[in-house]
Amino acid sequence: MKNILITTLSLLTLPALAQPTATEIINRVDQNMSSENRIAESSMTIHGRRGSRTIESRTYSVGTEKSYTEYLAPAREQGTKMLKLDDQLWIYSPSTDRTIQISGHMLRQSVMGSDLSYEDMMEDRKLTDVYTATLSGEETIEGRNTWILSLEAKVDDLAYHSRKIWIDTERYVPLKEELFAKSGQLLKQTTFTDVKQVEGRWFPTTMLYKDVLKQGEGTEFKITSIEFDQDIPEHIFSKAVLRR
Amino acid sequence: MILAIKLAFRNLMGAGLRTWLNVLVLSFSYVVIIWLNGIMKGWDYQAKNDMTHYEIGGGQYWHGLYDPYDPFTLSESHAPIPTEFKNEIENGEMMPLLIAQGSIFPEGRMLPISIKGIPKDQTILKIPTQKLDTLTDAIPAVIGSMMANSSRLEEGERVTIRWRDANGTFDAAEIVIAGIFSSNVPGAEANQVYVSLKQLQEMMLLPGHATILTFADEKAQRSEVDGWVLKPKSELTRQVDEMIKTKSYGQTILYGILLLLAMLAIFDTQILSIFRRQKEIGTYVALGYTRKEVVMLFTVEGTMHAILAALLATAYGMPFLLWQAKVGWTMPVDTSQFGMAIAPTLYPIYTIGLVATTVAIITITTAIVSYMPSRKIAKMNPTEALRGKLQ
Repeated sequence: MKNILITTLSLLTLPALAQPTATEIINRVDQNMSSENRIAESSMTIHGRRGSRTIESRTYSVGTEKSYTEYLAPAREQGTKMLKLDDQLWIYSPSTDRTIQISGHMLRQSVMGSDLSYEDMMEDRKLTDVYTATLSGEETIEGRNTWILSLEAKVDDLAYHSRKIWIDTERYVPLKEELFAKSGQLLKQTTFTDVKQVEGRWFPTTMLYKDVLKQGEGTEFKITSIEFDQDIPEHIFSKAVLRR
Repeated sequence: MILAIKLAFRNLMGAGLRTWLNVLVLSFSYVVIIWLNGIMKGWDYQAKNDMTHYEIGGGQYWHGLYDPYDPFTLSESHAPIPTEFKNEIENGEMMPLLIAQGSIFPEGRMLPISIKGIPKDQTILKIPTQKLDTLTDAIPAVIGSMMANSSRLEEGERVTIRWRDANGTFDAAEIVIAGIFSSNVPGAEANQVYVSLKQLQEMMLLPGHATILTFADEKAQRSEVDGWVLKPKSELTRQVDEMIKTKSYGQTILYGILLLLAMLAIFDTQILSIFRRQKEIGTYVALGYTRKEVVMLFTVEGTMHAILAALLATAYGMPFLLWQAKVGWTMPVDTSQFGMAIAPTLYPIYTIGLVATTVAIITITTAIVSYMPSRKIAKMNPTEALRGKLQ
């Protein structure tokens, strides 16, 4: 009788204790991190060899397809606007009163001297669509248990052939990401900190991007305020808004 | 005429220091003009020679989309090597070159570079590509001295190189500097890393592709090939021609000032001669000289400054010019940042044409300047002149 009870209990509790698959983890992270739309105010601090500079901006985005950013500070960058619609990107510069489309290889240039390229910002394909993910281990980062996901490219036209992502096992947010070259050489590293609960979801509000081949402290991206699922007027995502 | 020359010579010698001062100033013009023109000719020769040996060979075929001034087009500007060039490449008369964009990270600094894939066994350019055969676990690479200076890389040092293959995927590896060459040609050195062609084709996933085809023989008749643009040597060295032309215009101003100073001195001397030697002029006319002959006598006298200056310039200028041709002129600034094929030391080249033209220009100018004030003699009243009355 005792044995039957133990077996029954084990069968009932096993599925709940079973580790989720890598794809399931990514999907849970996506659910947590993505929203129908969002409005965020952020500051980007670029640590260079001659000092640091901070750029403040407000971004309106719908999914990963549409995004509009206007730079608020410093005075030199104020009024610069950036609009991304699917795979197209335009930048308006108030000093020249011109709108230029960033395309082709210009996308590989750094955004305002940061460790991020326009292309990094443009990446909107789902990780599960372009990478084969496997759960490769567990680690503790800053006292939080994480799963380590290893992602290998399954399509040819990706900037990074493989990635490693550390996902918080409880909150389903990434805490660290490493991007690798085809040869296996580590190229970029991102750490996600200051995870806060915003509108019922866990969200990292500070991200530190670092090109590991370069000296320096990288680029810190801090979200100062974020609102999900807001009513964003459609005209925000039109080219006309750039010169307004 | 001979009498005029004899008389003119005697008069000039009689004038003593005044003559020699004029002659000295004029001789200085000779030497400076010949030297500066020689430097320009030397630069022209050196630049084109170095470009031929390190960058352009006897001319090139460029891929239709290749634009050296637009690095963004680089990833598109490559194609399989045309089959019609197969024989020439096998015979070593043509050399394919693949160019890709990348970055190196010496001491953690990111340095955007062009990665050039060059055949290890090529003999068209003097780049030491045989060093790309070095056996090592890293990719052997050769760089120019300008690149070595800007990146502070030395032979044997290792550095990380990052590039994107034809699909746009990042890749990175370590290169080892197997050799450093010095060419004075920024087009072959600045921000460039040479690796073996095969290696780069593998790195870029572009087997059999090239961006530039450099040929050895500049005289051979060549035609356009579909998708490739023929760039004869004259077109590839046009930048040097234009730069030298621009510099020559600037130098012309200097020559002008030098000549102006010399001519002013001669003009003054002529005016003074005619003013002070009125009795002499009157005597010549009284003796049966026509006015034209007297004008001629004074013109020859003035022009003779140029001849004496040429002799003086030969005396002290020749050793100087020959010494310069031997040791050259080292520019006081760093020429590697000029963006032009220019050696730190320029060796002047003097041609007979250059010397003859300089002598002709100075002599003719002196003759004109000497003639102009002498025309006054034609208007003189010989009786008044004989009496030495001011006219």
